[in-house]
Amino acid sequence: MRFLTRRRRSKAAKPLAILMALFAMGLLYSVASPATQSSAETASPEQIARGKAIFEQTCSSCHGLNGEGTSEGPTLIGVGSMAVDFQMGTGRMPMARPEAQAPAKPTDYSAEEIAAVAAYVQAEFGGGPQVPTSDQYSADGMTSEKLARGGELFKTNCSACHNIEGTGGALPNGKYAPSLEKTSDKHIYEAMRTGPQQMPVFAKGTLTDEDTREIIGYLQTLHAQPEQGGLHLGGLGPVGEGFWAWVLGVGGLSLVAVWLAKKGARAR
Amino acid sequence: MARPAEVAKTSPALETSTPEKPAPLGGMGGPLGWADDRLGIAALGKKNLRKVFPDHWSFLLGEIALYSFIVLLLTGIFLTIWFRPSMAEVEYAGSYQLLKGVHMSEAMASTLDISFDVRGGLLVRQIHHWAALLFVAAAMAHLLRVFFTGAFRKPREINWLIGVGLLSLATIAGFTGYSLPDDLLSGTGLRFVDGLIRSIPLIGTWAEFFVFGGEFPGHVVISRLYMAHILLIPGILLGLISAHLALIVYHKHTQYPGPGRTEKNVVGYPLFPVYMAKAGGFFFVVFGVLVLMGGLMQINPIWKYGPYNPAQVTAGSQPDWYMGWVEGAVRIMPGWESHIGSTTWSWNVFLPAVALMGLFFTLLGVWPFVEAWITGDKREHHILDRPRNAATRTALGVAGMTCYAMFWISGGNDILATMFHVSLNAVTYFMRVAVFVAPVIAFIITKRICLSLQRADAEKVLHGSESGIIVRSPEGGYSEAHVPITADEAFSLTQHERAEIAVPTPNLDDRGVKTKGKRVSGLRARLAQWFLGDEIAPPTRAEIEAARHRTPTSPDLPEVEADEQRELADRH
Repeated sequence: MRFLTRRRRSKAAKPLAILMALFAMGLLYSVASPATQSSAETASPEQIARGKAIFEQTCSSCHGLNGEGTSEGPTLIGVGSMAVDFQMGTGRMPMARPEAQAPAKPTDYSAEEIAAVAAYVQAEFGGGPQVPTSDQYSADGMTSEKLARGGELFKTNCSACHNIEGTGGALPNGKYAPSLEKTSDKHIYEAMRTGPQQMPVFAKGTLTDEDTREIIGYLQTLHAQPEQGGLHLGGLGPVGEGFWAWVLGVGGLSLVAVWLAKKGARAR
Repeated sequence: MARPAEVAKTSPALETSTPEKPAPLGGMGGPLGWADDRLGIAALGKKNLRKVFPDHWSFLLGEIALYSFIVLLLTGIFLTIWFRPSMAEVEYAGSYQLLKGVHMSEAMASTLDISFDVRGGLLVRQIHHWAALLFVAAAMAHLLRVFFTGAFRKPREINWLIGVGLLSLATIAGFTGYSLPDDLLSGTGLRFVDGLIRSIPLIGTWAEFFVFGGEFPGHVVISRLYMAHILLIPGILLGLISAHLALIVYHKHTQYPGPGRTEKNVVGYPLFPVYMAKAGGFFFVVFGVLVLMGGLMQINPIWKYGPYNPAQVTAGSQPDWYMGWVEGAVRIMPGWESHIGSTTWSWNVFLPAVALMGLFFTLLGVWPFVEAWITGDKREHHILDRPRNAATRTALGVAGMTCYAMFWISGGNDILATMFHVSLNAVTYFMRVAVFVAPVIAFIITKRICLSLQRADAEKVLHGSESGIIVRSPEGGYSEAHVPITADEAFSLTQHERAEIAVPTPNLDDRGVKTKGKRVSGLRARLAQWFLGDEIAPPTRAEIEAARHRTPTSPDLPEVEADEQRELADRH
């Protein structure tokens, strides 16, 4: 201990202490934070049993005890673990209340719990598409040409509902295409493959994994790039622009006009 | 006595004529004198530099439009240097990574180059677009000011017509500009107009082929729009704006009523130096605001939309604001269509787009003449109406604005549905009713407010304005003391006259002879009654005198007031 006491006034002591504290925090975080990906390893009986318990408690009232579906919710037979991972991972399921469309919200379930339910649905109700691995959806290391191609695919297949910037749009009867600005790569991939709610399924025969990766890459690059030309006015297109032209343009300049008209000449 | 003719040594016709009057600048030397000798600017300036204009903030709305137009010309010239109005297909190879290698028209590629590879190009493009939005917006605000103050009345009807023409041309100028970059949004807008042209019964398809040079989108429409956008429309705009301003100078500017202001004078400050400074300064303020908007607020990010491709579309495709109401009308229109013989009549597009736009500009154009016919007022007007004193006109104007606003809101029904989490269908059904009902409600409410304000004005003239001091009488009753208004204020409140309401001319006069000459029809008399019948007449001189005698302002009122205040002060 005398070693520490002696060196505590050294110039390097403070930076070193900060470094150690940061290291300790990082270590702690990596231990405490939940795993971000559910592994696609084969499910253990314990995991399935745990998934069954959660399913019976929170899902079965609408989807039925055997996933056969009720008047309140669709059947889960053949949907597979990918759909479960998407619906629960984005907080859409379980729904807070019946409404036109389940909104995305923060989820209270841990990755393990979601993986358990996914494993149960996959094992019990007949298999379907499984949770993808990161090489299926990761858009790392794409060339500009590939990203541009992803943009063309996005504009051809997705922007009619999700808007050109992926900010979302309206659908009939209170339904909507949600914003994609904060959606993770995996969830975009899963949504395209499983077609949740109003969305059509884009199967591998329509858009290959490579196409999907290009679309994801385009979207993430679009949202990550700095805004050219100033403040982004909400991505709402000409409606927002017209609003500001009236408020700032005509409104602001009218205020200047009031001031100008008040300024009299030094007459008399 | 006749003298023999002499042979003139010098012909008078050949002699140098010397000016009879001294030159206005007094033979001033220097560049001004030089110019005056050649252009006669001094005489021109002497007449016009001291021209008087009245002061009011609402008179500057038209100036905002004028200055936006100048900014549009300046920035537009910059953009033409780099823009290539061609629909030839090229592979994009510029700086923007997310479109690398995408096939697009030269128009789109050159617009991207202006945005990313020309120094200052994006700034100028954005200033140009903001200025276009502001140009039409300010023109419309100016039109509303002229409408509500009755500035379109004789002798200014022709200037009103020029103004309506300017507004319609401004929207066409804006639309052609919106279509030029050939991005996804402008292509979608062109497709909309294509449908609009096609919906014209019988000649629609022919007209479409004429405009687009064949099937949509063809290969010529961008260069045709470019010609219209940079040459034809700005040329006509420039000419009409000059005529608009020249007529203001000729008619002299209107003024709001006030003491010392009559139909025969203009009270204000001279053009030089006061308005030179004000208007010149305001130009720079407008330019400055537009540069700030262009520099700080992103507008029409065409790099996100990408090139136009008929197979693509985006949610939230809207036109710029001035076409938004037509878009809204089309959005809420039920899908009516009839087939007669081999022809298709698309009422679902023709009525809300072509017919509605025609109706809008026709109503605007004929209004001054319709109003003059209803009121039978053929006099010149240089004093403006206070909007409350023309209650029915003001109510009609607000009803029109409400109707326009309802169509406008319908144009953004999808944005409303997502922003406020309501059903798109509910918004649409609501709007189908609201476009008809809301204007009626707005009319009734506005008219009532105007008439109440008229009554309040009359009350103020007769009994003074409220002092805010509550007086308790010895009996315990409470009343508010009124303070007489100044003579100037009383003048402003009573200067307008109650228009005479036409009565229908009987067919036979009292001797049973058929009446001749100008007749007032029953319809016109009914309209006049509807238009003017509810107006509250301003108090007459006799009424004011009588009121003054009946309610003398108590001489000891100030005492009471002072006592009350002292009492209040003691209590605290």
